[in-house]
Amino acid sequence: MSEQACDVVVIGAGPAGMRAAVTAANEGLSVTLIDEQTEAGGQIYRAVARVARTRPADLTLLGPEYAAGGDIVLELDAADITVLHGHTVWQISQDGTVWCSDGTKAKSITARFVIMASGAQERPVPVPGWTLPGVMTAGAAQILLKSAAMVPDGPVALYGSGPLLLLVADQLLSAGADIRVVAETTTFKDYLNAAPHLLGALPASKYLKKGIALRRHLKAAGVPIIKAPNGVSIEGTERATGLRIIGKHGQTFEAETILLQQGVVPNTQASWQLRLDHAWHAAQHYWYPTTDRFGATSLANVFIAGDGAGIFGAEAAAAAGALAGLGVAHAAGNISAAARDQKALPFIALHKKAAAIRPLLDHLFPPPAHILVPDDATIICRCEEITAGQVRDAAKLGAPGPNQLKAFLRAGMGPCQGRMCGLSVVEIMARAHGKSPAEIGAYRIRPPLKPLSLAELAAMDDDTPTP
Amino acid sequence: MSARHTEIAIIGGGLQGLSTALHLAQRGRRVLVIEAHHPGRFASGVNAGGVRRLGRDPAEIPLAMAASEMWHSIEDLVDDDCGFRAVGQLKIAEDDDDLRKLEARATMVRDLGYDHEEIIDQKQMRALAPGVHARAVGGLWCAGDGSADPMRTVQAFYRKVQKLGVDFNLGHGVSAIARTGTGWQLSIGDAQITSDIVINCAGAWGNKIAAMIGEEVPLETHALTMMVSERTPHFIDPVCGLASRKLSFKQTPEGTLLIGGAHLGYADRDAGVAEPDPIKMAISAKTVTEVFPHLTNVRIARAWAGLEGMTPDRLPIISPSKVDGSFFHAFGFSAHGFQLSPVVGRIMASLICDGTSNLPLHPFRIERFSDDKN
Ligand SMILES: Cc1cc2nc3c(=O)[nH]c(=O)nc-3n(C[C@H](O)[C@H](O)[C@H](O)COP(=O)(O)OP(=O)(O)OC[C@H]3O[C@@H](n4cnc5c(N)ncnc54)[C@H](O)[C@@H]3O)c2cc1C
Ligand SMILES: Cc1cc2nc3c(=O)[nH]c(=O)nc-3n(C[C@H](O)[C@H](O)[C@H](O)COP(=O)(O)OP(=O)(O)OC[C@H]3O[C@@H](n4cnc5c(N)ncnc54)[C@H](O)[C@@H]3O)c2cc1C
Repeated sequence: MSEQACDVVVIGAGPAGMRAAVTAANEGLSVTLIDEQTEAGGQIYRAVARVARTRPADLTLLGPEYAAGGDIVLELDAADITVLHGHTVWQISQDGTVWCSDGTKAKSITARFVIMASGAQERPVPVPGWTLPGVMTAGAAQILLKSAAMVPDGPVALYGSGPLLLLVADQLLSAGADIRVVAETTTFKDYLNAAPHLLGALPASKYLKKGIALRRHLKAAGVPIIKAPNGVSIEGTERATGLRIIGKHGQTFEAETILLQQGVVPNTQASWQLRLDHAWHAAQHYWYPTTDRFGATSLANVFIAGDGAGIFGAEAAAAAGALAGLGVAHAAGNISAAARDQKALPFIALHKKAAAIRPLLDHLFPPPAHILVPDDATIICRCEEITAGQVRDAAKLGAPGPNQLKAFLRAGMGPCQGRMCGLSVVEIMARAHGKSPAEIGAYRIRPPLKPLSLAELAAMDDDTPTP
Repeated sequence: MSARHTEIAIIGGGLQGLSTALHLAQRGRRVLVIEAHHPGRFASGVNAGGVRRLGRDPAEIPLAMAASEMWHSIEDLVDDDCGFRAVGQLKIAEDDDDLRKLEARATMVRDLGYDHEEIIDQKQMRALAPGVHARAVGGLWCAGDGSADPMRTVQAFYRKVQKLGVDFNLGHGVSAIARTGTGWQLSIGDAQITSDIVINCAGAWGNKIAAMIGEEVPLETHALTMMVSERTPHFIDPVCGLASRKLSFKQTPEGTLLIGGAHLGYADRDAGVAEPDPIKMAISAKTVTEVFPHLTNVRIARAWAGLEGMTPDRLPIISPSKVDGSFFHAFGFSAHGFQLSPVVGRIMASLICDGTSNLPLHPFRIERFSDDKN
């Protein structure tokens, strides 16, 4: 009856989704893989097949981890999977109906199981001036580099902390960008807090080595890596002109492009919309849907794999994808629990190895307080231009949580539905009420997960069944 | 442990409960509002904000007229304009059959002695609703109707009743009600509250409260679906509906389009959950783009649904209980209780303080459902 029906819909063609789809298909399930990008790869392996085909030299500058993504894409191509590129999922019903659109026409696919592998998003970095033209996330700059070979003109400054900050700085440097500074928020105290986790990180020591190599490479090229524990402000009126370091010896670095990066957080819009159980990650200050090792969630037919269930990186995401594929294959009755557990062993080991680095990174690169709870004048909701101070005032006037804010403000009511301001709002309100983020709760997320035109919706076939 | 006592307990902190509290407090009564979540958590906070007399059931017209007057001076009542804008409401006739239907309606209303609904021709209709498709021929117009901001309205009522000294018990619902010698005992979590008078303003849950004192009322829960768009350039003022298709449409002062029309989503009253049905969103989108073809590229930012209690005859219950004279009901507003809310509180206060109301309440009595059976 429905436009399409299958055993499993996988949402997201990053390492987790591709691996989940291939695994489930290999276990005899019919699989549809949906991704809003026009090609497979997800964030890390974005456009990898096309880059390898059309500009192989760039594989070197993007690094061996990137190039490795080509293998999973090949496996995906070889498997018997329906792949819908360029389709954005805008609603998931609890019964497993997935609603998507190719930009012209909405449609639905009914599946016995859904594997969500929609990955992470960069943590918004609300600092004074962050809404000026010329300011973007480091990830956005990386997307332009990967998918369109674009490098920023003019001087570039980067600010934040974490592995992606240095990686993007290095990738851009290799691509010829004029990098003036990398300003890091990491403090001496963060090093002390991270130190106890060093031993545990040894199984994943290659990541440590990589971080040290990136740092050395940037320094050798003359890029200053400086400390900015008290934050920064972005100079400029019409557009960004410089990055000012706040503090006693505060300098200003001239820059036309300013790239912000303060780690990545799970993309939880869809998991909230499904009302799955979530927990709060205390060290990294983000929500994640709670899952078992196979990615099973609080809904029996919904599984989650990859960074969408907690930030563990690409290799762990691929392993989690395989585990979710096995978990679904068992839930669907295709393999026994014993077979699932047997096949899972290597992936559990892989996941464990890759994830070993996380406690260290989580404590070494915590989002600093001035980003979690910005000062009153800083905008946190970009859609509606609402400042941190306004949210504090609303809390004082009696708004108990994010969903009651809209009685006072339009925060979270714009087209992004709080994707940008959600974490800041939780954090600010938690402080204002002296409660934990878990007590404060998150915005209720409603369809569409991403804005959808009336024309796309209107074009949806009437005969799609009401689930 | 002795139970806390209040003179009047109102169950439900939606707009009917808040408005009832407001009018009772103004008349010097001690009131406690018991709200299971927070004020306006359900229908009252998430509705379309339509302030409409247009198209009302004849039984509701006297109440809607009185409420309309109150909306026009709402600031006097709650110290805030509640975002009320008297932009008018318009029902569009998409063809001649529609127009005949609307003409019959206008005649019926006039024969009842009211003149708030008037037929307008194609040119007048187009001036009010620019961009309507070329086939539309006219409309039924109600000047003085309009819309308000629901959340802001809830906040204004809430602030005002707090100022008037009304007490609140938030976060736990009433789970049982027992008759005591002199009044009522309400169980709220582990706590007990006693009260001389109880008013049931529990919206979609109203019949659950009624059942606690042995009164059976048929009530269905509907999840009414709404959609809101991104901001788009201002093009229209009045709130628009259609003569024979489901649509309620308006542009807010921010420029977003608010699209409803009582399309049903999924309702789970016990869980307090309402979800839009994507199929209905598509039908709604189709209607909007057919009526206003220039809007096809406008993007929907968010859809939601709200729980509403629907009676079989789609009229609310505004009535003393039939089992006991110190228990009152005001629930089941059947998708159009926002506009009525200012007057509902006044009526309830009259029923309690004066024993009567000057508005005709016969159609809203709770007995009507058991009458029908006999
Ligand atoms: C901007 C950015 C850049 C990153 N760069 C790197 C890097 O260079 N190196 C590194 O090690 N890590 C990087 N990361 C971290 C990265 O998240 C993980 O390493 C890894 O990509 C996680 O894999 P995944 O499969 O869980 O998710 P992802 O790889 O993020 O894949 C998720 C996929 O889901 C799709 N998707 C999401 N929502 C929808 C929807 N509603 N409808 C349809 N499709 C949807 C996305 O288009 C995406 O392709 C980056 C993260 C971000 C946010
Ligand atoms: C999407 C939508 C659009 C609408 N559009 C319009 C419109 O344009 N114009 C119009 O006039 N009307 C409209 N309505 C109808 C209008 O919103 C409602 O009729 C009105 O808000 C009802 O108010 P209420 O106080 O009776 O109910 P509610 O607002 O539902 O309040 C009832 C309260 O009782 C509480 N409660 C329930 N059980 C218990 C218990 N056991 N103990 C304590 N508390 C309890 C609930 O938590 C709730 O807060 C719309 C409704 C919806 C859902």
